[in-house]
Amino acid sequence: MATSELKTNDPGIDPATGEYRVIGPGQTFRSVTEKISRIVLTPHTPLGWFALFGIGGAVATMLLVAVTWLFLVGVGIWAISQPVAWGFAIINFVWWIGIGHAGTLISAILLLFKQGWRNSINRFAEAMTIFAVVCAGMFPLIHVGRPWVAYWMLPIPLTMNVWPQFRSPLLWDVFAVSTYATISVVFWYLGMIPDFGTLRDRAESKIAQYVYGILSVGWRGSTRHWMRYETASLLLAGLATPLVLSVHTVISFDFAVAVLPGWHTTIFPPYFVAGAIYSGFAMVLTLAIPLRKFYHLEGLVTERHIDNMGKVMLATGFIVAYGYGMEVFMAWYSASHWEAFMMWNRMFGPMGWSYWVLITCNLAIPLTTLWSRKLRTNVTFMFLLSLVVNIGMWFERFVIIVTSLYRDFLPSSWGTYRATKWDYMTYVGTLGLFTALFLLFVRFLPMIPMNEIRMMLPGAKITPKATAKAGD
Amino acid sequence: MPPREGTYGLLAEFDNPSDLVRATKQARQDGWRRMECYTPYPVEEAAEALNFHRNKVPLITLVGGLMGLAAMFLLETWISVLAYPLNIGGRPTYSWPAFIIPAYEWTILWAGLSACFGMLALNGLPALYHPLFNAPNFRDGATTDKFFLCLEALDPKFDLIEARKYLESFQPASVVEVQY
Repeated sequence: MATSELKTNDPGIDPATGEYRVIGPGQTFRSVTEKISRIVLTPHTPLGWFALFGIGGAVATMLLVAVTWLFLVGVGIWAISQPVAWGFAIINFVWWIGIGHAGTLISAILLLFKQGWRNSINRFAEAMTIFAVVCAGMFPLIHVGRPWVAYWMLPIPLTMNVWPQFRSPLLWDVFAVSTYATISVVFWYLGMIPDFGTLRDRAESKIAQYVYGILSVGWRGSTRHWMRYETASLLLAGLATPLVLSVHTVISFDFAVAVLPGWHTTIFPPYFVAGAIYSGFAMVLTLAIPLRKFYHLEGLVTERHIDNMGKVMLATGFIVAYGYGMEVFMAWYSASHWEAFMMWNRMFGPMGWSYWVLITCNLAIPLTTLWSRKLRTNVTFMFLLSLVVNIGMWFERFVIIVTSLYRDFLPSSWGTYRATKWDYMTYVGTLGLFTALFLLFVRFLPMIPMNEIRMMLPGAKITPKATAKAGD
Repeated sequence: MPPREGTYGLLAEFDNPSDLVRATKQARQDGWRRMECYTPYPVEEAAEALNFHRNKVPLITLVGGLMGLAAMFLLETWISVLAYPLNIGGRPTYSWPAFIIPAYEWTILWAGLSACFGMLALNGLPALYHPLFNAPNFRDGATTDKFFLCLEALDPKFDLIEARKYLESFQPASVVEVQY
């Protein structure tokens, strides 16, 4: 009794229905449309946007410099050598792809589970996916040494009559990542078609009308079109779900198929997927929290969204924790001398500090605090936490790659790994590229799906005759 | 080919989805067939009122997916067995378990592309011009917050004056004639 009394005072609960509110009160079809389309259609770009874009662009230029030098000199400018032959490039590849996964999870899996709250955040989560895949896809390409012949990886008839080798997980990656990129772009664009129609109809400048008009492919909101569109969206969601799970699984095969202690383990596929979603949700929070503040979208991206994302992170965080636990357990239970040494070396060897950074950032801090609803709805805390998890997940890949490699079977070949300035420039550069692309998206494309928000408004409820009359 | 001049239809504007669904249901009952609703978001009840329940997008997606599966698996088999056989650690040239993964990815790729482009093709899109865009109130409302019912001139029951009267009986916000 007492608890239900308390709940009615909760601003997060709709007094009319007693249900949790996903969207702030008082929104109408027109107010939502105006709010979201104005961000895109206004001729005035906020100064803050220029400032951030300037920083992002400058950092992305650093990437250009680093990659140019790489192409001129070769991968020797990176710290990769024997025994650590996979360094920052693969760490960053796995990290970025993982970040992308939350976007697909939000847009596809939560759609299939009919989680209405995803509607406010799915568009920019999908954008995040695509830009993350852009950053990720670059790393293997520049890592191959001769990127100008990267097309050899594709099964195309070349004059040399050479064909790819389909038993290699590295080639599976080519198909997994390229399919993932294509389907993400298709899903993202498909979702925007009706919103492009809205923008076309609301744009005042001729150029905007033409551009959004062409992008909208002539969308006019016909009911028959909508129904086919909804079917196609659901099917794409149904296809993207096994796809997203397969992509990180295939990436984990790059490691798991090798015979190296620390890599050769069957837990990698589920553990990689969970880690991907964990870091991806952290990145969604990193992006969503400043965005809602900057563009005053608190009514659309509410504390409830942040709370829910915190819960998803808690759940996936525990799967990741299970993965770490199992690695340690198997190192002992396998009774393999090499496994046990790898684990000991990973924890207490010269690079053991990275393992403890990982444990602190991924387990110690988030999995103790995310239980508290108060902290989950504390926006500043969640922002800081999301940065911590992003760092932690980067270190997870660092630990998997570097600490498995640097002391292998023969002590005479032991080495160490110290990234060069080119490694850092390339990595930080992709952060700049990602920021710049994301800012362009925020400025020119609708970052919240208007048509999906409209469906959730009280005005969208079909009422029987009598009540409709009374409302007139 | 339908005529491309004169009246395309009559367009009634409603302020809320409930009125639109009620009018559409009634019109369908009264024998109207060539009509269409236009809404700013998918209104399933309107599709039901139009008796539009099934579409071919799932079939196209299935066929596309199976084609992708077959295409990649056959390509892999042809390359590894005939075109460029390689001895990789003594494994058989036809190592089908390894071929599953790219074939799986291509199933999804082709199915997804078929779903998207199949949907657009069935909808007759891209179609940058449509007579409805000529209606003065259509572009402001149909993608924002208004709900439209269009009785098309191709319907055998269509008569400009009678149809207008009929639509007005549902008390819409407005009824306008749409020209080609």
